[in-house]
Amino acid sequence: MIRIGVDVGGTNTDAVVMQAEKFLGGSKRPTTPDILSGVENAIKATLKQATIESFQAEALIIGTTHFVNAIVQRKNLAKTGLIRICLPSGGSILPFADWPKELVDSMNGNFQLVKGGFEMDGSEIAKLEEKEIIDALEKLKVLGCDQIAISSVFATVRGDMEQQAYDIIKKYSPDTNISLGKNIGGMGLLERENAALINATLKPLAKEVVDSFEDLRKKLNFNCPMFFTRNDGTLIQASEVIDLPVLTFACGPTNSMRGAAFLSKEKNALVVDVGGTTTDVGEVKDGFPRQAGTSVTVADVRTNFSMPDVISFGLGGGSIINKESPSVGPQSVGHELTDKAMVFGGSILTATDIAVSYGRCKIGTKCAPNVINKDEIINIIDQMVEDRVARARTSSQKIPVIAVGGGSVMLAEEIDGLEVIKPPHNDLANAVGAAIAQVSGQVSKIVLIENKIDRATAINQVTEEAKKLAIERNADPKTIKVLAVSDMPLSYLPGNNLLINVTVVGDLKMESKS
Amino acid sequence: MKKITLVDKGKLEAIAIGGAVLGSGGGGDPYVGRLMTNQCLKNAEPVKVIEVDELDDDSLILPIAMMGAPTVMMEKFPSGNEFTQLVSMMERLMQKKVSAILCIEAGGLNSTIPFVAAAKLGLPIVDGDAMGRAFPELQMVSFTLGGITATPMAMIDDKGNGATFDTISNQWTEKLARALTIQMGGSAMVSLYPVTAAECKKYLIKNSLSLIHYIGCIVKEHSFNAYLVLAKELNGKHLFQARVRDVERTAGEGFTRGVVKLEGIGDFVGRNAKLDFQNEFLIAKEGEKVLATTPDLICLFDANTGEPVTTEAMKYGLAVNILGLPCDPIWRSKEAIDLVGPKYFKYNIDYKPL
Repeated sequence: MIRIGVDVGGTNTDAVVMQAEKFLGGSKRPTTPDILSGVENAIKATLKQATIESFQAEALIIGTTHFVNAIVQRKNLAKTGLIRICLPSGGSILPFADWPKELVDSMNGNFQLVKGGFEMDGSEIAKLEEKEIIDALEKLKVLGCDQIAISSVFATVRGDMEQQAYDIIKKYSPDTNISLGKNIGGMGLLERENAALINATLKPLAKEVVDSFEDLRKKLNFNCPMFFTRNDGTLIQASEVIDLPVLTFACGPTNSMRGAAFLSKEKNALVVDVGGTTTDVGEVKDGFPRQAGTSVTVADVRTNFSMPDVISFGLGGGSIINKESPSVGPQSVGHELTDKAMVFGGSILTATDIAVSYGRCKIGTKCAPNVINKDEIINIIDQMVEDRVARARTSSQKIPVIAVGGGSVMLAEEIDGLEVIKPPHNDLANAVGAAIAQVSGQVSKIVLIENKIDRATAINQVTEEAKKLAIERNADPKTIKVLAVSDMPLSYLPGNNLLINVTVVGDLKMESKS
Repeated sequence: MKKITLVDKGKLEAIAIGGAVLGSGGGGDPYVGRLMTNQCLKNAEPVKVIEVDELDDDSLILPIAMMGAPTVMMEKFPSGNEFTQLVSMMERLMQKKVSAILCIEAGGLNSTIPFVAAAKLGLPIVDGDAMGRAFPELQMVSFTLGGITATPMAMIDDKGNGATFDTISNQWTEKLARALTIQMGGSAMVSLYPVTAAECKKYLIKNSLSLIHYIGCIVKEHSFNAYLVLAKELNGKHLFQARVRDVERTAGEGFTRGVVKLEGIGDFVGRNAKLDFQNEFLIAKEGEKVLATTPDLICLFDANTGEPVTTEAMKYGLAVNILGLPCDPIWRSKEAIDLVGPKYFKYNIDYKPL
């Protein structure tokens, strides 16, 4: 199966062509302000390099930073209202608590609280009332909200009230755009609700983005389906992105980690992705990034959708060096490396210059500068990386460190006592990660362990739900395997309540091409 | 340490951080409490913090706390009406008007919850608490040592269901209240140990609210070096710098028990330590040598960010600084050690003051 993977980054847009496990070609082009022409350039160059025609491709897979940028820049956000199903509970922390005010203003954030929601054991806090939902909707519409998000207490235990509210609104006003919290986030009402709100406010932009990629797909004569990559390294259909853009929010680091694992053929490893300004460190287990356990703050909003556990810090190929009182970064020359770094004839001493002068790599057009204390500086760089790698480890097992990204040439041969692998095409790891994405299902639930249901049975039940979800998302049932199972007892409560999380993945099932 | 007299949003942020430190790894994340208070303070005056001596001896002080699983509070927030109802239930039982609110547990989530009640009711809050840290059971308060009973106690849920307790001992109150908490959906608001200012004075751990505010400010200002400043300022001891090498958790009787194995880093390279925790960190050992035990505080800080770390966040690879802080002297009597010492938590070691 021939797949095209594209990764739109802040600086560069990368594209690759893969045939099953084989890398056929790839290229890097500057990201353009309109995004699409950069993507077009990268895809065209890649197809040419791989001598593949677009009609041969069977899947086009996109990873993009469009959506996270829109939130960060507070641009192109739709007017959004939230209905939280919680009363009589919930009033002590209202929606949008702890949000940056400008973000709330820029999306005209409003909310209504209504009766309903569940207790942790799945019993009702209160009954949902149809009239109350419609009143809430009408009030939000009067306030100018075009997009509606719905959240409900313990929707991770039982999602049916959110669904009921959805059905009520759809029946009453079929054109209403609705985002449901249960489809987006895990445990934690506020975080899940925040994720639903972010999702809702991004929907019109998502439509625009998906449509324009769709136009590009046609323009480039691809007649295969198009997918986007999710935060967890799996796929989502382009049509689904229109409904769930937030799920593609943090795909960049994920794609690079997945790509690193794939290129190095190491399924269990640490990944260090050194860019121009920052470095991301994470861990892959069975080829997938380890997910962050609790909440993640994105663009100053606390959310909890599944995201890789990545440590980012200010070290990159373009990091500016102060050699007097030796320090590295976080300021960087960024994408101007090839103008400003000394090995390219510039006048600014960067981490790349130090790496070249120390003999770690040979790049540039000019001789390496002579830096007297280069040993001391390279030591600082190594320490920065080593410290994060040590933190990212989850066991004392000797697993390799995979170095990817343009700046990875500066890394040592060994980090924290672990061997460093720099696989071929590592500078295109992101796009490779996109090209190889699979389909997942994830479920998170609190289960009371008692006589009728023991721990193993409970985990099995949750696993079955996760599998069902993956199949709904087009996973080939034959290829589904359990990726991660975790259970955590809830503290301060008698009775054995377990919070169970299960993630499964499978290969994308495609209509086979004749 | 500067005493606080008025608490606004900014001060509350520091209090929440300081509360997490005194949580000793437990007590839940004070984040939810901070958001609740922020919301109250938006439409209310800053909360007035007073010394217990400012009150007349016979004034009624009501401690307010959350009981149950902090994890439930991450999903189901209080209605916000609990506090008014709780206080009126207590006033009815005590046949007296309340003069001030008290924080019973200056660690974890319960360090911020009483501020919500105070803000909501426009009442002052007494600068002090009855634990000086976080403890898992409701009889583990300084008031128990003074023979003060937890009851009359009132409990209320987010739906508006209320209950009052009249029991024969504080241990029984714990047992019954814990059971009802489950029925109420896993978390409830409680008011217990109603005291007069005169009684309160004798057993109060004074100025602990000012203390957690001060600790929070230090953590914010000194980030990853905060543990050193705290050790110096609070007469504590830097016990260990280490990476977590193993975490083992077992659930039983409603409380999670766990063991963390640590491998020394920095000045502690080549040495190993072990932490036992239930909800809080209870014992720190290096080999057979006991470094610190409950009721002294074992506080962990992320070595990179300086933020306090909870037992729930323990995971392989995390680099931490471990700080031992002496508990309030009230916890060091034999009677107190029976109540909150290592043996109560079923560890067969003796308490040795830090």
